[in-house]
Amino acid sequence: MKLTGAQILMQVLQEEGVDTIFGFPGGAVIDIYDELDKTDIRHILVRHEQGAVHAADGYARAGNRVGVCLVTSGPGATNTVTGIASAYMDSIPMVILTGQVPTQLIGNDAFQEVDIVGITRPCTKHNYLVPSAEAFPRIIKEAFYLARSGRPGPVLVDIPKDVAKAVIDYQPIEEVRLKSYNPTYEPNMKQLKKVVHLVEASQRPVIFAGGGVILAGAAAELTAFARKVRIPVTASLMGLGAFPGTDPLWLGMLGMHGTYRANMSTGACDLLISIGVRFDDRVTGKTDAFAAQAKIVHIDIDPTSIRKNIPVTIPIVGDCKISLQHLNQLIEQADMADVEQKRQGWLAQIKEWKNTKPLAYKQEDTLKPQFVVEKLYELTNGEAIITTEVGQNQMWAAQYYHFDQPNHFITSGGLGCMGFGLPAAIGAQMACPDKLVIDIAGDGSIQMNIQEMATAVQSGLPVKVVILNNAYLGMVRQWQELFYGRRYACTGMDCAPDFVKLAEAYGAVGLRATKPQEVESVLKEGLSASGPVIMDFKVDREESVYPMVPAGAPITEMLLV
Amino acid sequence: MEETKHTMTMLVDNQPGVLSRVAGLFSGKGFNIESLCTAPTMDPHISRITIVTKANPPVIEQIEKQLRKLVNVVKLRDMTGAKAVKREMALICVRARPDLRAEILRIVDIFRCKVIDVGAEHYIIEVTGDEGKLKALINLLKPMGIKKIARSGTLALYREPK
Repeated sequence: MKLTGAQILMQVLQEEGVDTIFGFPGGAVIDIYDELDKTDIRHILVRHEQGAVHAADGYARAGNRVGVCLVTSGPGATNTVTGIASAYMDSIPMVILTGQVPTQLIGNDAFQEVDIVGITRPCTKHNYLVPSAEAFPRIIKEAFYLARSGRPGPVLVDIPKDVAKAVIDYQPIEEVRLKSYNPTYEPNMKQLKKVVHLVEASQRPVIFAGGGVILAGAAAELTAFARKVRIPVTASLMGLGAFPGTDPLWLGMLGMHGTYRANMSTGACDLLISIGVRFDDRVTGKTDAFAAQAKIVHIDIDPTSIRKNIPVTIPIVGDCKISLQHLNQLIEQADMADVEQKRQGWLAQIKEWKNTKPLAYKQEDTLKPQFVVEKLYELTNGEAIITTEVGQNQMWAAQYYHFDQPNHFITSGGLGCMGFGLPAAIGAQMACPDKLVIDIAGDGSIQMNIQEMATAVQSGLPVKVVILNNAYLGMVRQWQELFYGRRYACTGMDCAPDFVKLAEAYGAVGLRATKPQEVESVLKEGLSASGPVIMDFKVDREESVYPMVPAGAPITEMLLV
Repeated sequence: MEETKHTMTMLVDNQPGVLSRVAGLFSGKGFNIESLCTAPTMDPHISRITIVTKANPPVIEQIEKQLRKLVNVVKLRDMTGAKAVKREMALICVRARPDLRAEILRIVDIFRCKVIDVGAEHYIIEVTGDEGKLKALINLLKPMGIKKIARSGTLALYREPK
């Protein structure tokens, strides 16, 4: 079959089950766009290429599949870098297709030429510059295979314009095999048996779940395991939703803004079963003091995650889902008869921590951001897909919205990328058209990719934006208050647009609340609207996120309200 | 923890950008490179990269894992210790005053190296050996005045079963 490079790309995309692409056209990808337009693949025209990548990220996470974006060469490609770095840190399966100047012009400083493969080498799982049309089908197949297999991640394919135009004889690639890439899915059973023995012997066990559990689709297996062995569960920011947030065994989030009981029980536990985590510094605090009394089990598909930051007793390389399935089988044969009785003291201690130092904020007359998130949780029955920006809004969302299901909390965890939430919400809404998708934002973050409101309106995506508006870059202001003598250097956002008028200018609905009494009615009206909405909540300007562990301190040393 | 020197060799896809991936990994993760050399193997699709690095044991473990994670790294082996032979080559341009010429040639003879270029004021000496030999030779020639030096970096191969 004689096909052009662009036609081959469409063939492979369809073989890979791609039905949605987020992108922005330009000179180097006109040929690809010309072919894309002839297919059934939906294209979401973003307003900035960063938005395309975050949208593909949200789409991948909410829909549990590979996100795809398509941009042009030069500035189109460089604008994707932040989004790619975020997806890389959070291990999100994604294929980024960038246009490139024609092969014979590469290296000539041609118009809109940039070495995007060189630029993105450290922030992609792998990347390719397509050297010829003949190599193109194999490279696209490999890109999808790499993106979704093993520890997932973004893969970039840079396509010179002449490759998209060239006509070659297309032979479909049936199977991808890379001799140098063989992720380990099956865990070592001997190691898993040791875990079972540790579970039997331990007095104060804790399970610590991360984004790997969600990516592996292992939330159900984790929940079954934890309930069976009656071990309380905490999670990293990326792991929220891996275990039901309303379960009595749920400890809340761990780390810098974790709950008192999660941090204290990690500090006191004698066994920490860590699954699909990478021990980020925001989780561990001072590493020497982290779970210092515990034997640590670490299950992860990426060997580099193991013993990178924290020494572990039992390292297990394997897929989280397969490992948990095996563990659930092994535990059936273990002696768990008196587990209920055995856990009594430990669970009572945790309950005491919960009751004496619950997640709380000062109830005052002012409008508190936490109250807005609490109300939002209540009014949505905890069933919405929540995306966030980065900073205080992100932490309050993580603390006060309780996730019972995986793939419902979508945030830039590792990179901490402001401007993530709105485009990610657009992507999540594309993946889940029947779900309520809400971006919990700050007034600072939302302005970083506010242009994507036009994308939401044009594409008919009814995303809701809840701005916790304190007219500050609040998280930095909070650090300045606590650790820099209240010197608020350059964190005041005194000039911001009127978000209600701005929403209307984009053709969306804008609403505002300034008092606690108005919150419920604004949320009700906003959430029930059929199109995109911005809700601007003028919250207490100097409210801070608590608990807080100062950077570098042990996580058991928290500043509380 | 004490830092020790490790020699690692890896077989990699012989493609543009692969060396940059390997070198970029070291700089990006804050690992150090003491020497690095690369050239194709008998299989034209595969190159061999040899890197000498210095780090403490947990960091060495990370370096090896991170290198193995690269899609283009086919095989990696730690060549540290006696299981592998290691050699480095150097070209040393040494100042050769008439009164010292005989002495330099004696040293060249003892170290079984070669003089490959002679001028009124200099010799260029070609030497191959392990790290210790090169170090000893350089120390002996230093007082004569080493004008320039080019070192290849360490190469290593695993010994075959005897």
